[in-house]
Amino acid sequence: MMRYMAITLLLWFLCLTPFAAAAPPPYFYPFVNPYEATVMELPKEFEVSLPKKVPLREFVVRPFPKRDIPEVFWYEKGLDCSLAYQDHKAPLLFLVAGSGSRYDVPRMQKLQKALHQAGFHVLCITSPTHMDFVVNASSGLPGIAEDDAKDLYRVMDLAWQEVRGDIAVSDFFLAGYSLGAFDAAFVAKLDEEQRHFNFKRVLLLNPPVSLYDSVQALDQLLVDNVPGGMDNFDAWFHDIFTETMHITESWEPGGLSGESMYRTYKRLQPSEANLAALIGLTSRMNAADMIFTADVMNGGGYIVPRNVRLTSTTSLTRYAIVAYKTRFIDYFDQWLYPHYQKHSPGLTRQALLARQDLHYLDQYLKGSKKFGLIHNEDDVILVPGNIGYLKEVFGDRARIYPSGGHMGNMFHPSVVSSMVELLSGKEVAQ
Amino acid sequence: MKTRCGATVLIAGAVLALALESGCSTLPQAGPGPVEPPLRKYEDLVKPGTHNMLDVKDSVEGFNRGSYRFNYYFDEYLYRPVVRGYEIIMPNYLEDRVSNAIDNLNEITNLTNNLFQFKFKAAGVTLGRFLINSTVGVAGLWDPATTWGLERKTQDFGLTLGHYGTGDGSYLMLPVLGASNVRDTGGFAADTATFVYAGPIAWANSSTFTTAYTGVNALDRRHRIPFRYRQTGSPFEYELLRTLYTMKREYDVQQGKGKGKD
Repeated sequence: MMRYMAITLLLWFLCLTPFAAAAPPPYFYPFVNPYEATVMELPKEFEVSLPKKVPLREFVVRPFPKRDIPEVFWYEKGLDCSLAYQDHKAPLLFLVAGSGSRYDVPRMQKLQKALHQAGFHVLCITSPTHMDFVVNASSGLPGIAEDDAKDLYRVMDLAWQEVRGDIAVSDFFLAGYSLGAFDAAFVAKLDEEQRHFNFKRVLLLNPPVSLYDSVQALDQLLVDNVPGGMDNFDAWFHDIFTETMHITESWEPGGLSGESMYRTYKRLQPSEANLAALIGLTSRMNAADMIFTADVMNGGGYIVPRNVRLTSTTSLTRYAIVAYKTRFIDYFDQWLYPHYQKHSPGLTRQALLARQDLHYLDQYLKGSKKFGLIHNEDDVILVPGNIGYLKEVFGDRARIYPSGGHMGNMFHPSVVSSMVELLSGKEVAQ
Repeated sequence: MKTRCGATVLIAGAVLALALESGCSTLPQAGPGPVEPPLRKYEDLVKPGTHNMLDVKDSVEGFNRGSYRFNYYFDEYLYRPVVRGYEIIMPNYLEDRVSNAIDNLNEITNLTNNLFQFKFKAAGVTLGRFLINSTVGVAGLWDPATTWGLERKTQDFGLTLGHYGTGDGSYLMLPVLGASNVRDTGGFAADTATFVYAGPIAWANSSTFTTAYTGVNALDRRHRIPFRYRQTGSPFEYELLRTLYTMKREYDVQQGKGKGKD
């Protein structure tokens, strides 16, 4: 209660200062704990104001129209995308969702509105790690950024064909957050060769530097913070559930997966360990969904037996249990790497890992002036040394905030104006 | 009465069709070549005898999964569009009045079940709420009772059975109605019977009222549930929903026991 009072008071002062001096509001962020910052929604008073509705068109693309979708995925009918359009000529910005997220998760919708408000047509694309993408648009096993970028590029091409008759476009832009930002960097590199879009600017929001390090750090949050270790997971989750029910008396079924889980976090009386574990759990569940789907789509052998046909009534419970015990790094080491090695026998694990890292694009990122970066010093997906590296690579095109966790501050007015400035090419100091 | 019979026949027909179509087999079918075990096997990763929260008793899983699929289509192409129409026509303020009125009529369920569990204080509160909201609250359109400190004491016959130690039997995904289990389905049937033969439907004794109530109740029920099928974006949504429902009902039963007979 005291904390809320303190926040309210501070808010008052903040409200008063802009009138006193016309300078932009200083960056103030209420959560100093990075786990809280990541999980808790920014209080409404701190958020940029967004339009309630923007003109929207939803459509479906099918990169592989002849693909036989297994009956177990009976609900998959193409990859949905959405376009928020302007009624006049404007730049078109492709926005790539983060790990395990669809084009229409709340964060994507808000970002779409914020950037539409800034004058862009905004076309939202599902992450290559989401099952909808894996079923409809992945050409093989997902998880290697360079190849995921090719799949993304194909989807972007088709999406552009779909909307080009309806909107007037001046230039192309690209942005993404978290894993979506990592993907965007690789898509931009690919575009340098293919030149379909010739992106004017590319904005990276809170990307990992090394994908492997980041997913490991995230998964470790789960493993380290469940009291008594993963063997006690059920008991721990039961307690969390009871505690949450106690507060709200209602649990939405949508709350057990992906980004929607964040809405549940904020109802918890946050203990740091629980918040950290829940962040890790979300990451683990996203990975499990992707790994199982990818395995089914590629003939099985990892989690499902080879040569079985899963139908709409097949029980998936045992596969689910196995999948949730599978970390992304298990998938990488046991399945993805051997798969790549089959196609290029000389490939070492180290060499494949090196391709999962922004260092791999070092020269390109340093040399190209089209990139902008927004990040937080306390982002939980980074490991020591990452921030220094990002500053070095992006120089004055990087805005690093002192706090905000993993994207907790995304809709802070100061962060949103940074986005717009970096996209428009104004490299003014923070 | 006639319409109700018609609806029952229709639902029974749909259930039968589902059962036949689904064939009730939950085992994977053989593909073109020899079946090879996967690299990550359940047997290697799960110690025998350990319980996983995704393991919920589900004796008719084939039927349930067929029913889950049916519900997805029903919800996506009929139920939600109709409810969306209702939401567009009705101002939010009126929607809330309808919800209140429905809740008020359903106090009969809360009353009987609180009595069955010998929770006389809660039963008294429920009766008080019904009297206040039906009069001061104008046929339940408003809920002054809550403002005056009389909180709703939600109960149903499934919880009553749970209170007396009945296990949940087995998970059931009911066509149209959604997630349930054997105990709660029985409870739902009992509560519905009470409502129809000893509750508001019997009091009103008018087919117009019955039809109107049934329709409005269906709209209001869906209007108030934010859930959408496939919203989780997970291939294991069926499992997640099953676990969540089971945990939620277990919690409700335990809560009821914890509060004792006050």
